[in-house]
Amino acid sequence: MITYHKPASGAHVGANKSVSQIMGQVMLAITPATAFGLVCFGWPALFLFLITVASAVLFEALCIRLKGRPAKPVIMDGSALLTGWLLAMTLPPWAPWWIGVTGSGLAIILGKQVYGGLGQNLFNPAMLARVALLISFPIEMTTWANVSPLFFAHSPSFAESWQITFSGLQNLDAYTGATTLGYIKTEFSQNHILPDILQDYSALQNFIGWTRGSLGETSALLLGLGGVWLMRQNIIQWQIPVSLLATVAVLSGIFHLLDSNHYVSPFLHLNSGALMCVAFFIATDYVTSPNTSAGQCVFGAGCGLLIFVIRTWGAYPEGAGFAVLLMNSATPLIDYYIKPRIYGRDRQGKPLEIPKP
Amino acid sequence: MLNGLGWLKPPRIRGGVHAEERKANTATQAIVSNFPLPKKLYIPLQQHVGKPAEPLIRVGETVLKGQLLAYSQGMISAPVHAPSSGTIVDVNDYPAPHPSALPIRMIVLETDGKDQWLELPEIGDPFQLSPENISLRVGAAGIVGLGGATFPTAVKLNMGRENHIDTLIINGAECEPYLSCDDRQMQERSEQIIDGVRLMLHGMETHHAVVAIEDNKTNAFYAMAAAARHFPAIKVMQIPTRYPMGWDRQLIRYVTGREVPVGCRSSEIGVTIHNVGTAFATHKAIRHGQPLVSRVITVSGGAVGKPMNVEVPLGTLIAELFAFCGVDSTQTARIVMGGPMMGDSLPHTGLPTVKATSGVLALTQAELKSTDEQPCIRCASCLTVCPAGLRPVDMANHIKANQLDAAVDIGLKDCISCGCCSYICPSNIPLVQYFKYASGEVAARQQAQHKSEQTKKLMAARQMRLERIAQQQLEEEQARIAAKKERERLQAEQETAAS
Repeated sequence: MITYHKPASGAHVGANKSVSQIMGQVMLAITPATAFGLVCFGWPALFLFLITVASAVLFEALCIRLKGRPAKPVIMDGSALLTGWLLAMTLPPWAPWWIGVTGSGLAIILGKQVYGGLGQNLFNPAMLARVALLISFPIEMTTWANVSPLFFAHSPSFAESWQITFSGLQNLDAYTGATTLGYIKTEFSQNHILPDILQDYSALQNFIGWTRGSLGETSALLLGLGGVWLMRQNIIQWQIPVSLLATVAVLSGIFHLLDSNHYVSPFLHLNSGALMCVAFFIATDYVTSPNTSAGQCVFGAGCGLLIFVIRTWGAYPEGAGFAVLLMNSATPLIDYYIKPRIYGRDRQGKPLEIPKP
Repeated sequence: MLNGLGWLKPPRIRGGVHAEERKANTATQAIVSNFPLPKKLYIPLQQHVGKPAEPLIRVGETVLKGQLLAYSQGMISAPVHAPSSGTIVDVNDYPAPHPSALPIRMIVLETDGKDQWLELPEIGDPFQLSPENISLRVGAAGIVGLGGATFPTAVKLNMGRENHIDTLIINGAECEPYLSCDDRQMQERSEQIIDGVRLMLHGMETHHAVVAIEDNKTNAFYAMAAAARHFPAIKVMQIPTRYPMGWDRQLIRYVTGREVPVGCRSSEIGVTIHNVGTAFATHKAIRHGQPLVSRVITVSGGAVGKPMNVEVPLGTLIAELFAFCGVDSTQTARIVMGGPMMGDSLPHTGLPTVKATSGVLALTQAELKSTDEQPCIRCASCLTVCPAGLRPVDMANHIKANQLDAAVDIGLKDCISCGCCSYICPSNIPLVQYFKYASGEVAARQQAQHKSEQTKKLMAARQMRLERIAQQQLEEEQARIAAKKERERLQAEQETAAS
């Protein structure tokens, strides 16, 4: 018997987990939070979501065509879809359509394809796009719609929603307000203290996500559950989420204990969906995070530290995007210094000494 | 109290994967012993690490089963015996059981169907024999590591005696998926294996042995534990099921907590490791005087109609094995010798089984890992699963960029080709293929460099020699001229004196 033979080394069998399956499972994990966000913010959010995701896929296809390669197999790996999806989750839900398109263009073209495509980029594409949008279009990127679920009396109708997405919002203030963190920052600037500021804060509403915020980032509960499920599925490891959340909790805990009038409690930090989203879905991006467990702990802790610093003393109420990008740039350095020890060698790579009997 | 701090110590298992086992259809049936004797056996002269054996029979000679066909030569080598009785019909080059199927020297034996043993020596109590005598007999029986490493067992026994081994580990991990030949042997031949272990202990002058069996083989564990219950020197233990648990160094670390330094043999840190099959072969060699002429092979895979463990004479062609086991050739996408993680793919079935053959698999396309290579997403699974602590992704990137020296610098030579990284990679990158290619290429380059250096040296030596010869000739010439002048001068003096 002769088989078609191309010399192949082991392993001849493989784990049945492909790139597209990994992407698919991440999408499944963020589906509840996204669906909840779409329900909370109604038709405009749905339009923005579809536009962002579709344009991300189209930009990816365009880039691949420009490279002269067939686009379909690359699209099918699901990475562009996931990038668009994650970006849409972090946008203000009622942002105009061109925010979504511009964001996707930034993420796919500048964030990913100029580096050479999947696996080659230095920065997290979704965060790169979000930060670029925030700096370029501060008004559109900080206009937060009130919770106005589908089919509720005061919610915009389909036609009004169409207008919101495609011609811009007319009567802005009637429908919008500040996010919790944004509100606290504004109030601090007027020398108010925390107990007064947080009179209306509802922990439960923030926990389930019934609050103003980014399209898919309001629900700490659903994002946390999705993240834990991803860990159970062995798609992400515990190192980055745990070190990130623990760093934020410890730092904010220390400062809150020292001065509870001016430093937000760790509970409120952890109860924000944005932090959960970053900890489980953004910072854990394989491509832009370190390879070793120890490196991942350093990376997560660095993200947590920067998030806390920016939230507490920075000009922006939320610092997750900046924090992740800064730590992304440190990833090659972390991977350079933190390496696994080779069996039978010490950390410097020299053979171990034979123990004397 | 101090035990509570155990978690601070380095972990005893690192990396590894738990692949789908697919052992059930062979592990639950008894070893088949009625394999029909093949008409011809193809016996390679090299079935072990070291120098090939040297044939001492001639074509046309008749031999008996167990008769010495080729003798061991050199320190590290092993002899080869006739797996059955019959006539030697050829000693020539035939395709090797290797991915290349390049020809190597083999003895072809046409069997006479009688399967008649050589007259075997009577052996009394082997524990009265000296340890040196034990390893001598093990060596003469052609026993090599049957787990697949095929290192001559006698050499290991000798090294054991020289290095004062405190622990002999018997490897019953059998961590490769599909394979169950060790499992079945431990279930059916536990008494003989334990006896073999005792003989090995005697041969190495060691007093403590640990039989390590993965905890997915509970029947084997109970059988072995029962067989060892009267021998306090032998401890049978269960170890976690996690490929590559049977990698000697992983097993040594798990059982003893010791790590073998790079560049050392395990005997240098007081541990030696042997496979259960080797222990059984030792028992047969010492108690019954039978050399190694057959072995148990797992035949399995999706294309095999009757998967089984079967005892076959060495040199049986895979084609005959497949015919016996009902392999559907139309379904076979790849033939693998060994396990699916580390085994070699073979181009065809006209190749013989050898001492190293623990299994032969006929895998269907559905069982194979996809070869549709996609870009690396840096998921770092390959780092997580690497038992050697390497960074397969970085090594592969260096190799792709043809920076082989950089790949060597970050640990290419410490790769054991266990296949965990290839197995786990979601992008189907054939990492081990890259590493094997690079290792071969590095060796070839070193050889080429060595050759050019040798050539340079020879050239320089030749130059010096030529110069020296020229110098010599010049001096001789000058001496001759001087002598001639002297002669002429003397002659002139004589002539003047005469006149």
